[in-house]
Amino acid sequence: MDSSLQLDDKGRLRHFLSIEGLDQAILNEILDTAASFTSVTDRTIKKVPILRGKTVANLFFEASTRTRSTFELAEQRLSADILSLNVDTSATVKGESLLDTLQNLEAMQIDMFVIRHRDSGSAHFFAQHVRPGVSVLNAGDGQHEHPTQAMLDMYTIRHYKQDFTNLRVAIVGDILHSRVARSQIHALNLLNTAEVRVIAPRTLMPVAVESLGVRVYNDLEQGLADVDVVIMLRLQKERMRGALLPSEKEYFRKYGLSQERLQRAHPDAIVMHPGPANRGVEIESSVMDGKQSVILQQVSFGISVRMAVMSMIVGQSRRQKRADA
Amino acid sequence: MSLHIQNARVVDTVDNSERVIDIYLQSGKIVGLGSAPNGFRAEKKIDAQNRLVLPGLIDCQARLRDPGEPEKANIESETLAAISNGITSLCVPPDTQPPIDNSATVELIHHRNEVFGHRARVYPIGALTRGLGGEQLSNMASLRGNGCIAFSNAKQPLASNLVQRRAMDYAAGEGALVIIQPLDHDLLGDGCAHEGAIATRLGLPAIPEAAETAALARDIVLVEQTGVRTHFGQLSCARSVEMLRRAKDKGLPISADCAIHQLFLTDHDIGDFNSNVLTIPPLRSQYDRDALREAVAEGIIDCLCSDHQPHEVDAKLKPFPSAQPGISGLDTLLPLALRLVAEEVLPLGSLIARLTSNPAGILGLPGGKISVGEVADLIIVDPDSHWICDPARFVSKGKNSPFGGWDFHGSVTHTLIDGNVIYQADQPR
Repeated sequence: MDSSLQLDDKGRLRHFLSIEGLDQAILNEILDTAASFTSVTDRTIKKVPILRGKTVANLFFEASTRTRSTFELAEQRLSADILSLNVDTSATVKGESLLDTLQNLEAMQIDMFVIRHRDSGSAHFFAQHVRPGVSVLNAGDGQHEHPTQAMLDMYTIRHYKQDFTNLRVAIVGDILHSRVARSQIHALNLLNTAEVRVIAPRTLMPVAVESLGVRVYNDLEQGLADVDVVIMLRLQKERMRGALLPSEKEYFRKYGLSQERLQRAHPDAIVMHPGPANRGVEIESSVMDGKQSVILQQVSFGISVRMAVMSMIVGQSRRQKRADA
Repeated sequence: MSLHIQNARVVDTVDNSERVIDIYLQSGKIVGLGSAPNGFRAEKKIDAQNRLVLPGLIDCQARLRDPGEPEKANIESETLAAISNGITSLCVPPDTQPPIDNSATVELIHHRNEVFGHRARVYPIGALTRGLGGEQLSNMASLRGNGCIAFSNAKQPLASNLVQRRAMDYAAGEGALVIIQPLDHDLLGDGCAHEGAIATRLGLPAIPEAAETAALARDIVLVEQTGVRTHFGQLSCARSVEMLRRAKDKGLPISADCAIHQLFLTDHDIGDFNSNVLTIPPLRSQYDRDALREAVAEGIIDCLCSDHQPHEVDAKLKPFPSAQPGISGLDTLLPLALRLVAEEVLPLGSLIARLTSNPAGILGLPGGKISVGEVADLIIVDPDSHWICDPARFVSKGKNSPFGGWDFHGSVTHTLIDGNVIYQADQPR
């Protein structure tokens, strides 16, 4: 992936489109900046003026609850003006092209777009077509990447495990359709994770996935052996159609995370899930609510991580404007 | 009209030998090679010193978007693009709007070419089924009578193997050629990139190799059973080449082409979601590309085509999976083909056969050869002229090409159809 689109000539974030193409230093900077914002979110007055006077548009062409609400909270805490559009139900349905939607909004002096769209590559497409100085944050493009989700997962892992270099991490579930998994794999590898595993039935495993730098398992119990972090992915119910899986029941029997199976992992292993989870399909309730689960912490870290990314981008564009002047 | 081409470099398509000769044309035909026939008097002379003279290229798959999609292209714009780039014959697949499934549409295309065209020969390929709907057979006999050179369902699926078998049987009875682009639509799904590491990394819905090979296997079985002459279009996989080789060894009446871009690009060229490389079938792996090159060199793949699919800007101005597939290929067919010679994939004579005599033979078209008595569709090419590809300057209305910035050698200085110079470059590129 050509990194020049999301980085400026000094290697600083201009857009945030994919983990692929970034380097370890930027990932660490995001995590460190997020740590500094965690104190903000813990204060009574939870606002800083970093985005004051800036307008952020949240364009969700696909439904979302938690990504969208944590983005909105992050924007509010950075004092931005916010425009949230559920584009699914607005102009594009009337036949307006994606590019026209974008340009109409640009005419409203938007400084930053947060975009989720069903097409892989849509965030790149937007970034290629916005005016200079306008930034694009990818909130999920098709099955490609969901980089802020991956960064909040990295933040969570670092919070509980400190160092990545001696960790074994397993990602379990629908790897094929998961943009979260792709971003996580790139991030974990950039942070020098000792071993990244993916565990899924063959029908939910993309071809040549090992080329992303993972070990492939079709058996949950083997794959969980001695791992330090278990990341469960949501199984979309639509997957039963199209003959990808026989039934939820059989899926749970082979790939569902139960207390018993979790014992194969390291005793201190943490359990994560990007949400929303299907209890009893990919994860047992007792695991989800159990002491090894950090699922709710992930959500709250999501706000600081998104604040971090946005503030880094704005810092960059502020510097750029100063340099232009 | 009589014309004398002096000092023509002519390449033999069988033994690849090259000689410099004079060519004499009269009343639309080649009447003399080397020496003028008795009583020949040239009204016009062209000195082709240091230039190649080739039969006009026969493009066995080019969409002109006419009738039906004037925003993309039309017969006027695309026949001009063809003759400016040395293509004298264009075979048009039936997925126009409306489709070429009735005599009126065939006549409309011929009429438009007569009135607005630039003298290139335009050959409609008839729909195999009505409306390309895949269920009812088209009036193949009548369509043939009107000038359809073959029958195809383009990229549209047939309803069942039964319909396919009957269509092939019927065509066999008519002595017609069937053209198939092997594609299993279930396996194609909503795919937009070759199934492999690149599609996995970019999260693009993948098209497995079996989308082509599973269909091809069935098609070959049905050829064997019905005996219909069949041409397979735009193959993309190494494994298809193997299947084709075995079927040809058995003596089945089959032939094949591949799109020229498949010999130069792979799924790596998707880069940062470059929608100009979105094609169906998709660009595949380096391994497939190399196997296709070898198959073209060996003649397992008989023809090269442009698979020309011009688009308006908006068709590509979308995220990769939503963009429309296809490459505008008329302007780059010849320079890419010549590059195969420069890259030592095959000798020039064999290359010329893939672009001229082979398609002419398979499709039963005039031209394609430089021999006495043959129709005088010829092009003169300056093989040394060097230019850098700029799609904005394409003659075709479609500027959708991934070859911008490529270094090309060779450009057309003259195009002759029926012995008339219908195109002459103002200046070499």
